[in-house]
Amino acid sequence: MGQRPLIKWFEKRQRVAIVEEAIGILEKTGVLIESRQALEMLADRGVRTEKRRAYFSSGQVEEALAAAPDRVTLYGRDGRGEVEIGKENLHFNPGSSAIRILDLEMGESRVPVSGDLVEFAILSDFLSGYSMQSTALVPGDVPENVADSYRLYLALIFSRKPVVTGTFTEEGLTRMLRMLEIAAGGGKQLRDRPMAIFDTCPTAPLTWSALTVNTLLECAGNGLPVQIVPMPLAGATSPATLYGTVVQHCAENLSGIVIYQMAAPGSPVVYGGSPAYFDMRKGTTPVGAVEATIINSAGAEIAAELGIPSHAYMALSDSKSLDYQGGLETAMGAAVAALSGVNNVSGPGMHNFQTVQSMEKLILDNEVCLMAERIRRGIRVDSSEVVADVINEGVTGGSFLTLSHTLKKFREEALFPGTVIDREAGDKRSAPGGEEILKRAGERKREILKAGAPNILTGPRREALKEVVTESAWRAGLKKMPEIEGLEE
Amino acid sequence: MDQFLKKCEDSVLAGDADTAFALASEAIGGEIDILQVIESGFVSGIREVGRLWEEGEYFLPELVMGAEAVKKALSVLEPALAGQELSREVRGVGVIGTVQGDIHDIGKTLVGTMLSASGFEVYDLGTDVSPARFISEAEAREADFIGASALLTTTMPGQRALIEMLAQKGCREDFLVVVGGAPCSEDWAESIGAAGYATDAVAAVELIGRLLDGKGGRTP
Ligand code: B12
Repeated sequence: MGQRPLIKWFEKRQRVAIVEEAIGILEKTGVLIESRQALEMLADRGVRTEKRRAYFSSGQVEEALAAAPDRVTLYGRDGRGEVEIGKENLHFNPGSSAIRILDLEMGESRVPVSGDLVEFAILSDFLSGYSMQSTALVPGDVPENVADSYRLYLALIFSRKPVVTGTFTEEGLTRMLRMLEIAAGGGKQLRDRPMAIFDTCPTAPLTWSALTVNTLLECAGNGLPVQIVPMPLAGATSPATLYGTVVQHCAENLSGIVIYQMAAPGSPVVYGGSPAYFDMRKGTTPVGAVEATIINSAGAEIAAELGIPSHAYMALSDSKSLDYQGGLETAMGAAVAALSGVNNVSGPGMHNFQTVQSMEKLILDNEVCLMAERIRRGIRVDSSEVVADVINEGVTGGSFLTLSHTLKKFREEALFPGTVIDREAGDKRSAPGGEEILKRAGERKREILKAGAPNILTGPRREALKEVVTESAWRAGLKKMPEIEGLEE
Repeated sequence: MDQFLKKCEDSVLAGDADTAFALASEAIGGEIDILQVIESGFVSGIREVGRLWEEGEYFLPELVMGAEAVKKALSVLEPALAGQELSREVRGVGVIGTVQGDIHDIGKTLVGTMLSASGFEVYDLGTDVSPARFISEAEAREADFIGASALLTTTMPGQRALIEMLAQKGCREDFLVVVGGAPCSEDWAESIGAAGYATDAVAAVELIGRLLDGKGGRTP
């Protein structure tokens, strides 16, 4: 086995220094926690709290880091394979919670509806570049205050893959936990085999809003893994230097890890992030910016130093359409993520500053992710004898094409891209959809969706899930649920 | 005098709030025309900052620091004006905030700053603002407009609730309600009966200026 490629930004002593600086900040500046419940829990565990701030000692941080496992295992519905986040693993999943969906037929983005969520779940279930799905779209055809749990409902029914998700309200979280229990077959089953991981985002700089910290505690109480996803905006809510933002990002992650471990020692937690470099001209938050890519990559290096699994928002773009910018930012992010040892990468499908999802982009990004995984696999080192023999054989025989070595090896060595990637000779375009890559992606989408929903959930669990959403939608004033193909009685 | 005004203007261009504050304090102690200090000193400075920003010479930190410097100077000059029973011309008065259940505040703050820098008097109510609070603050400040920001699909209804509550209280016509934030759109603004929507801070200034001109902005 050859060495897996791995980018390093720092020397060991610099990594240690970054962590020490971050801990120093938690001791001296502390974090603002906007939840009395969380502050009381921390004070009970011996954390110094003053007004609404909590100050963590280096001992407390170290204890939490020692307790946190080096991997998180998620389980799909109905025995679909496990996903282990941690170690040397690399996983991709679609970017979460888009406000709009790009409708290529309309030529613009629009508010997503239930049917889009269904198609999105089916595609995520199908595409092999994604080991997890996510609650990627917020539907506009159900009342706004049930939208967050409604997306989980459709995700659980239409795909078996584990879910990367999050919550918008505390009531929403209760409903989502109930749904996950139903899908897993019970509370204990969910604890033993968690099907979802919750993103919780501290507010930069160094603040935990009531919603996010209570989500952290609620997940801890229910044995659900969480991903700490700080979003420092360098220059606006964190230092303008990359180094300074890496330190703050570390401090924010550590604060989440300590809170979570204090609430549920030994529970799995991921060191994540979605930083951006604030655009000083436009006031936007480019996550596809090369600086954001560097900060994310450095974050994974720090996580590895701490022995905690890592996550990052990479492999996405800020472009408004599926153009050259969209491809280049996505691919650069995915490649750097793979080379940085990020364990869990969220982002594919997403563009326009994390506000728009696209099924066509999801299909194209699937190729990007598979290529990034190929990069990550690196070069397998052959024994020198074998290489010499093969080259000798090829030279004397006049071709490598017909060597038995070739026949044995090419399938494992080369990646065979899907039909959306064009490798036809000359000007020929035989792939369905023809000349235009977006048309090819659209064609591919229709082809996958034509097969229906092969992994649809049926039976009493589906009924029970439906009851939870119908009841909450009723209370929110929706008398009739949107009609969904495949879900009629 | 000209030299003094130039110093005021320069303090804004340099984004130097301390110097702006010192100059303002000096002005109220002397025999100087305070209205002129505001108009030809500080406000003229922020206009120049705005121009440099539009030309791409200045970046957001310089713009925001310039606006902060003016704010600091006005905190001294306005009470002094009131003491002389004078008032300066403002383009309009407004309150701005992020709706209930929503903590996103970066865009809202930027819009508030840009509005202040452009001659509006703006009161920032912070985040998680209920419809009732928007209205009571707008009434207390005798505001012309209310700016409501929402960044989540799930909190957008807060903008509609604000307009509904205004209608209920019978003061729907007293304030222009403008909305913004990532999930909002022109269509959404129209569907809830808001006076307008803007995609960014520059557009927000333009929008509110246009709406108030149409309505004939007033001076407090
Ligand atoms: C930074 C950020 C955060 C930060 C906010 C920090 C802060 N102090 O504000 C943190 C990390 C705290 C955060 C938290 C959450 N976030 Co957030 N966040 C963002 C992000 C990436 C950028 C927002 C931003 O600051 N942009 C920069 C500013 C300058 O732009 P702006 O806000 O759009 O404002 C401009 C215009 O919109 C306009 N404007 C704004 N307000 C107004 C008002 C008026 C009157 C006018 C005229 C104009 C106007 O002018 C502004 C200046 O140009 C967005 C994605 C996005 N692109 O919007 C997600 C996003 C809004 N967040 C999202 C989510 C889901 C959340 C969380 C629920 C995540 C979680 N589970 O913890 C929580 C929300 C908690 C809560 N109850 O509010 C989703 C929303 C999805 C949806 N469908 O609703 C988004 C779209 C990202 C995503 N896809 O997941 N978030």
